[in-house]
Amino acid sequence: MSRAADSGRVARLARTWSEPGGVWGFLTTVDHKRIAARYIMAAIALLALDGLMAIDMRLQLAFPALKRLEAQGFNEAFTLHGASMMFLVSVPVMEAMALWLIPLMLGQRNMAFPRLNAFSFWMYLGGVLMIWLPHIANVTPDLGWFEYPPLSGPGYAPGHRADIWAQMITFTEVAALSASANIFATIMRLRPPGMTLARMPLFLWAMLITALMTIFALPAVMLVTSMLIADRMIGTHFFNPAAGGDVVLFQHLFWFFGHPEVYIIFIPALGFVGAIVETFSRRPAFGYTPIVLSQISIAVLAFGLWVHHMFAVGLPKLGNSFYTAASLVIALPTGLQIFCFIATLWSGRPRLQTPLLWIVGFVFTFVIGGLTGVMTASAPLDLQLTDTYFVVAHLHYVLIGGALFPLFGAFVYWYPKAVGRRMSEAWGKVSFWLIAGGFNLGFFPMHILGLMGMPRRIYTYPAETGWGPLNIVASIGAAIAGIGAAIFVANALVSLRRGAPAGANPWGGASLEWATSSPPPPHNFDHTPVVEDRTPLWTGAARRPVMDGLSLDRRELLLTTPLEARPDYRQTSPGPSIWPLLTALATSAMFVGSIFTPWAVVWGSLPIAAALTGWFWPKGGQGA
Amino acid sequence: MSDGTAVKIVGDLSDLPTSAIGPRSLVWWGTVGFMLIEGTGFLIAAGAYLYLRGQAAGWPPAGIRPPDLWAGIAFTALLLASEIPNRWLSAMAKARDTRAVRWGIVGMALMGLALLALRGLEFAHLNVRWDRDAYGSVLWMLIFLHATHVLTDLVDTVVLAACVLTREISDSQFSDVDDNAGYWSFVVVTWLPIYALVYWGPRLL
Repeated sequence: MSRAADSGRVARLARTWSEPGGVWGFLTTVDHKRIAARYIMAAIALLALDGLMAIDMRLQLAFPALKRLEAQGFNEAFTLHGASMMFLVSVPVMEAMALWLIPLMLGQRNMAFPRLNAFSFWMYLGGVLMIWLPHIANVTPDLGWFEYPPLSGPGYAPGHRADIWAQMITFTEVAALSASANIFATIMRLRPPGMTLARMPLFLWAMLITALMTIFALPAVMLVTSMLIADRMIGTHFFNPAAGGDVVLFQHLFWFFGHPEVYIIFIPALGFVGAIVETFSRRPAFGYTPIVLSQISIAVLAFGLWVHHMFAVGLPKLGNSFYTAASLVIALPTGLQIFCFIATLWSGRPRLQTPLLWIVGFVFTFVIGGLTGVMTASAPLDLQLTDTYFVVAHLHYVLIGGALFPLFGAFVYWYPKAVGRRMSEAWGKVSFWLIAGGFNLGFFPMHILGLMGMPRRIYTYPAETGWGPLNIVASIGAAIAGIGAAIFVANALVSLRRGAPAGANPWGGASLEWATSSPPPPHNFDHTPVVEDRTPLWTGAARRPVMDGLSLDRRELLLTTPLEARPDYRQTSPGPSIWPLLTALATSAMFVGSIFTPWAVVWGSLPIAAALTGWFWPKGGQGA
Repeated sequence: MSDGTAVKIVGDLSDLPTSAIGPRSLVWWGTVGFMLIEGTGFLIAAGAYLYLRGQAAGWPPAGIRPPDLWAGIAFTALLLASEIPNRWLSAMAKARDTRAVRWGIVGMALMGLALLALRGLEFAHLNVRWDRDAYGSVLWMLIFLHATHVLTDLVDTVVLAACVLTREISDSQFSDVDDNAGYWSFVVVTWLPIYALVYWGPRLL
């Protein structure tokens, strides 16, 4: 193909896939890169807010008998911190990374359902506003991130604080479920020719498994929070023992979601680790098949151990023993993967650049969190440790070490692809050492505090307890990590303009997202890549195999068969649309209204139906 | 490629069809995703029903009659019967038969309306209110959850009927009709265990 003809076809493709600018373009975009970037930015902004709230709590606990936050303020702080971190940061940010990366890793031009993708983001934003706007108005949930009844029931929690928490969850779960159905369909049907399931990058496996876990786990929490709202508003008795209800039912339903959720956060992080370890070891991942099988077995086991969050409830002993065993077993596939990652590094030629540094930090920190997990999995020991700072230490080692460290590594790793420039290595290393060091200084003493008997969720403590010295150490650690986080953010902002130009493949990666320019054009790829093995960019071929023939003037995606990824048909893909936003607004109005009157569910459905009709009414285009 | 690397064209996609129907179509996979989500919701709600039943001394609790059998049977019988035109509609959509699809979808919309009316009757014969006790709450939850599915698919069907009656039916709309029929079958299939659980469970077990 001549160069002139080629540039003509690229211009046509770019025109077909580009979107209007300005406010209208902002509201109607269906470009997965733009939507996911917003998702990621919003989650990171909330991470910063939640981090500040953590520092607020650490200031309060730094010395005995401080009075700067009273009990109510402290209750609100840990509730908002926990709920926001779990529902508005950890789960969404992983999905957001996936929404950005998946089409690029598949050599595709968009997600399977671009408008559903936009809807997912707007619903997520609704969830953010649902809890943070009332917080500004000083109506903040204050019963912890899981708000058990009877405390959260109609008898003990008047007002709307508990409703706000429950409905924030509904928003975020609708967002997460929409994203998961989209990810599932995209990975199953939009793989490039030749990318059989067994040739998928590890990150895609991780996201496919996570999407399925989300689909099976999240309905439980949507149901249970709806039951709670119904108890509070229309007089149902699900959790009212006086009328045949049962408060432990709430705990079962909540943790049936809550435990898989930990892995919904952690498995995508394993996907980041797989990608980064492979690139920086400069060899294909060691033990690809065992890694994938381990992730699948984690996904299955994760649904069988929720009761380990309830050992102190007083369930039958046999049940506790079963869940102890199940909780210990899940350490095996997790450990196996860690060994595979270490073996990849060991047998490769590792380059210790910032992304890999985060992964090394992950291995050390997560192993400590995993070991304390094995300790708390044991029912008798857990009875001693539950509701103490030991659990606070454990969960932060697992979630920050296990999920956020890989996320930070992934951010640095894919940043050049998104903006075309690299972040500073030197400042990247400074921020790594400050965050990882400050984190360990901040959270390790909490293990000891927990063993000394310091309970969770107390807003102050007397000096005679002897908890003072370790608490000030923990607070200093939090401050150091906070400085590191500020440097990380500053590095990302400054590098937007000052970073070294990246080129298409700055780290020498093997997967398809590195086969397009940085940042990618609106249409992502000029041709449809063809994949012949697991590391398509490391084949050494002088000319890359591609297919041609998708429309240049109409948005088209290539669908392939679910297992073998043989070309199947061409699907028209929708362009920019306002309907996802309107549908999200209508849904939000119903959700918000339904904490004040049950009739909102009835009348609120009409605008939703109207918006969905507008969405699906055929306009020449098709698909969701 | 857009990274400047030279490429070798190894295949041409322009001969591929531009739509597909049934499990080959992309929308089918999205629909399956949502069926898995909603099916899980039903399973968990049924689990909550059984859990509360396990905690109760009697089921239904003393003084409450189980839901009237005839109302449940009427709804279930019509729901099962609706599968016949529904499957026929699916076959006609696959055959791209415009006339049959137009008749079929109108018929299915009427079926949905009749079912909704029967469902209203069913609520009136549950013999308990949702705010009486936990039994009433969880019974209403299960039936309400299923009723929202009947209603949602009715609205889908009406909108789709409006589409196919007012314009030439495109290939992708035949596919939509087929996916909608698949979703209707899902609504039918999920009802059967709930029906057994709430109508026959208290009587037989």
